[in-house]
Amino acid sequence: MSRVVIVNYGMGNIGSVANAFERLGARCLVSDDPKVLDLARGIVLPGVGAFHAAVENIRSRGLDDALSEQVLHRKKPFLGICLGMQLVAKDSVELGYALGLGWIDGHVLRLEPKPTRPVPHVGWNEVRHHSDLLFERVQEGAHFFFDHSYTLQCGPELITATCDYGGEWVASIRKDNILAVQFHPEKSQRNGLRLLRNFLNFIDAD
Amino acid sequence: MLKTRIIGVVLVREGIAVQSIGFRQYLPIGTPEIAIGYLDRWGIDEIVVLEIDATASRRCPLADRIRSYAQQCQVPLSVGAGADKVVINSAIVTAPETISEAARRFGTQCIVASIDVRLEADGTRMAFTDSGVRPTGLTAQQLAQRAEGLGAGEILITSIDRDGSQRGYDLELIQGVADVVRIPVIACGGAGHPEHMRAAMRCGVSAVAAANFFHFTEHSVIIVKQYLKSLGEPVRLDSHATYRSFRFNDAGRTGKRDDGVLEALRFHYVPEERI
Repeated sequence: MSRVVIVNYGMGNIGSVANAFERLGARCLVSDDPKVLDLARGIVLPGVGAFHAAVENIRSRGLDDALSEQVLHRKKPFLGICLGMQLVAKDSVELGYALGLGWIDGHVLRLEPKPTRPVPHVGWNEVRHHSDLLFERVQEGAHFFFDHSYTLQCGPELITATCDYGGEWVASIRKDNILAVQFHPEKSQRNGLRLLRNFLNFIDAD
Repeated sequence: MLKTRIIGVVLVREGIAVQSIGFRQYLPIGTPEIAIGYLDRWGIDEIVVLEIDATASRRCPLADRIRSYAQQCQVPLSVGAGADKVVINSAIVTAPETISEAARRFGTQCIVASIDVRLEADGTRMAFTDSGVRPTGLTAQQLAQRAEGLGAGEILITSIDRDGSQRGYDLELIQGVADVVRIPVIACGGAGHPEHMRAAMRCGVSAVAAANFFHFTEHSVIIVKQYLKSLGEPVRLDSHATYRSFRFNDAGRTGKRDDGVLEALRFHYVPEERI
């Protein structure tokens, strides 16, 4: 039985997420098979790409029902990364309008460029976190790598970390077993590995 | 706050990492994977691998080669294809629809438009493709704006004249491009001293990149970052070694520390963290 299943829905660079988990000695499997999700102890939804294309890919593979079953009903530990975080929202305005998985009450909006704020927001930003289990042993203000043009807006009760980029933006959220981050832990060197280790510990405690 | 990125560029020609001088002369460094691995361990913020003979021979970089590059690093990696970000050069001119299509599918944040620029005798800064040999007939600013319009998420701007010269970045070029686009700009070409990077940071860029410069000395990335940080520049310095108590000489290198400091160090053991 694989501990972690990384959901492959034909988007983004999944290899680096798998590499990072392997560095931590975790058994992980990359798959788009609902039956494999059924065997997972924890589920990771990575993501680089455009929202609407991602949603289409997830639906066309029958993964939306499978993911909802595993995460919402069977309450398996879930980690959304970047686009994988945005996909759990109700909807997004990226390149038009598209409905998301709707697991949390939130909307994905465009990050508007300003003269001192080019968009996409790309680079290493300091993350302010509020003692969530994902950030154990991660220093306050630790650097994580961000790369996005759209941003999640949701109620403060869900937010577990923020970053400052010409305003305060959501860096991570949590709702029960649903954890998600806007940045890329798999590209954030040691801080990223610490965060992924914390997710593995959360799976073990489950 | 968002930190200014220090990007390491690894140039690959016929499978070996090289140093480039003026886009004409190439000196071998060694295996690309080893260069990438060192940059990553020295705390670089991002790595760009440019296979500079890819366009010349009309072939795509091989997927398994990219996979082996990616295994060496835990920071974002941009390559010709298949990594975290895709670097596009000639296609901005020859196949603009591929950029728009890729941006629609993978999001604009994945597309880095790489623009090579030569300073002409009349003072204009013209963009070239195909490793600097094919003129586009457009200025750097024009091509940068076109790339932004097509959906590029970042612009990597390289001065051909400054490449490998260690004379510093072409600041006028960088400022000119940063002024006309609303996406992040990465400065490249000419770094020979941390002060050059500091000067480029004043030109509205999101990142400064260097290739040859990082290959010359041990811990080059950490030393550059400490130099910049000690002068108050917003850089990320997360590595175990920081060179915090070092002094820098005029060349931007670390000077020898006092014997007393070295003596005390002998008994200072810091075990490595196990994550």
